[in-house]
Amino acid sequence: MPAQTITFEPDDKYNAFLTVCNKPAHTTGKLAGIAVAVKDNISTTGIETTCASKILKGYIPPYDAHAVALLKQAGAAIAGKTNMDEFGMGTTTENSAFGPTLNPCDTGRVPGGSSGGSAAAIAAGMVRMALGTDTGGSIRCPAAFCGIVGLKPSYGRVSRYGLIAYANSLEQIGPMGKTVSDVSTLMGVIAGHDRHDSTSQNKPYDHMPKADIRGLKIGIPEEYFGKGVDPQVSAVVKKAIGRLEELGASTVPCSIPSMEYALAAYYVTCTCEASSNLARFDGVRYGPAADTKKSWHDAYQEVRSAAFGTEVRRRIMLGTFALSSGYYGKYYAKAQIARENVRNDFQRIFRDVDVIAGPTMPTIAFKLKEKSDPLSMYLADILTVPANLAGIPAISVPCGTSEGMPVGLQIMGRHFEDERIVDVAYAYEQAVN
Amino acid sequence: MVTEKDVQHIAELADVGVSAGELENFTFQFNAILEYFDILDRVEGSGEITRDLYNVLREDEAEPSLPQEEVLRNAPAREDGFIKAPRVM
Repeated sequence: MPAQTITFEPDDKYNAFLTVCNKPAHTTGKLAGIAVAVKDNISTTGIETTCASKILKGYIPPYDAHAVALLKQAGAAIAGKTNMDEFGMGTTTENSAFGPTLNPCDTGRVPGGSSGGSAAAIAAGMVRMALGTDTGGSIRCPAAFCGIVGLKPSYGRVSRYGLIAYANSLEQIGPMGKTVSDVSTLMGVIAGHDRHDSTSQNKPYDHMPKADIRGLKIGIPEEYFGKGVDPQVSAVVKKAIGRLEELGASTVPCSIPSMEYALAAYYVTCTCEASSNLARFDGVRYGPAADTKKSWHDAYQEVRSAAFGTEVRRRIMLGTFALSSGYYGKYYAKAQIARENVRNDFQRIFRDVDVIAGPTMPTIAFKLKEKSDPLSMYLADILTVPANLAGIPAISVPCGTSEGMPVGLQIMGRHFEDERIVDVAYAYEQAVN
Repeated sequence: MVTEKDVQHIAELADVGVSAGELENFTFQFNAILEYFDILDRVEGSGEITRDLYNVLREDEAEPSLPQEEVLRNAPAREDGFIKAPRVM
């Protein structure tokens, strides 16, 4: 039984939390008594879990996600559930059914998304660390926009059991924190095999970050500094890479030609998977009551049109369309070939270099309501989706500011070499602090 | 090019509903997004994906599970220990 409780009463001016646990219990262990926030699409026994959607308002999971069970075993106190774009669908946290989260660095701007609540809670000092999820950049984008550290683990390294699915083949639960050390510690707790996730690998993470990167070869893809990337952001990131060179690393120019269609491949794949995954929300087993006197089709449609937000319905419809007869070959099948080409590009580059570096996001945090057109919001994910398509690990570490707002340096590594990208981020962090 | 009628049809298939007021905007945005997706026409490659993968299914044996009350607790309509659903036929 839990031995102790902590008191957690944050002054949440940023709408970072959807649920706050004021007196969370904890046991002993590596994270004993540390308040850890959990994104609201990760199941927590007895604590409301909504995915920031009206369709799950009031849903109390009867079990813990594997990552949450491991947190508790390590002594962490679950401090609350953080705001997000509904079901993870967005890049700003404005798509939450419960209002946007504000960026603690500038409350006129978004914190990024979809794990914006977790990032804001850390940036504002409410918690030291948090769990996020990353389907196409949802950990790294808010980490970059809020000036914190976020790691998208290699696909298969952290169990997805209890993560409410949006796009299974792309998403991973991952650690977020103020420092690389905290992120590494949290990764050590949540990584490892779980038989409840059939894609889970037996690759535990037992690593202390090392700041020595002498002899490291860093690939610099031209596409990460090209069209659509703010020149000021580019300049900040190039300076940070210069710092890594001063620490003894060398850089090699490289190219990812498949970037041309990576974003389209990503959006086709994730919307197709979403259209299938979100079919389960029917107002029957959980959620707002379907009218059982009506026919299934009418009752189902009534619940879903009222309780899903616009972006969620848009993505379900896009996926339904892309998978429909006559269009499958044009969209889904092509997207899978494109995805394989992205993987091959990374494999080719990683024969010559140890890691790849570039900006996490092409710009600084957007102003609230700046991205009202869906396609322009999708385009902002161009630098983060390649890692999800390839399944490789990627970390974002703060590397300076542009217009007073944080900029993130993204480091990507070979599949299952999460330790190496953590070391590079740590070396940079230690050198500048 | 998708029409308002197409969008209406997809919304029916996906059971997400689309109101008359939303139709024009959804159709406009759909066309912009699908036009962007056309870049996939340029993708080259065989589509043959080979991987060293194996099934990880366990034996179909009953294991301890959640008690019935726990499982039913989130269902908005229940009757005699079952979940009540709209009629299918």
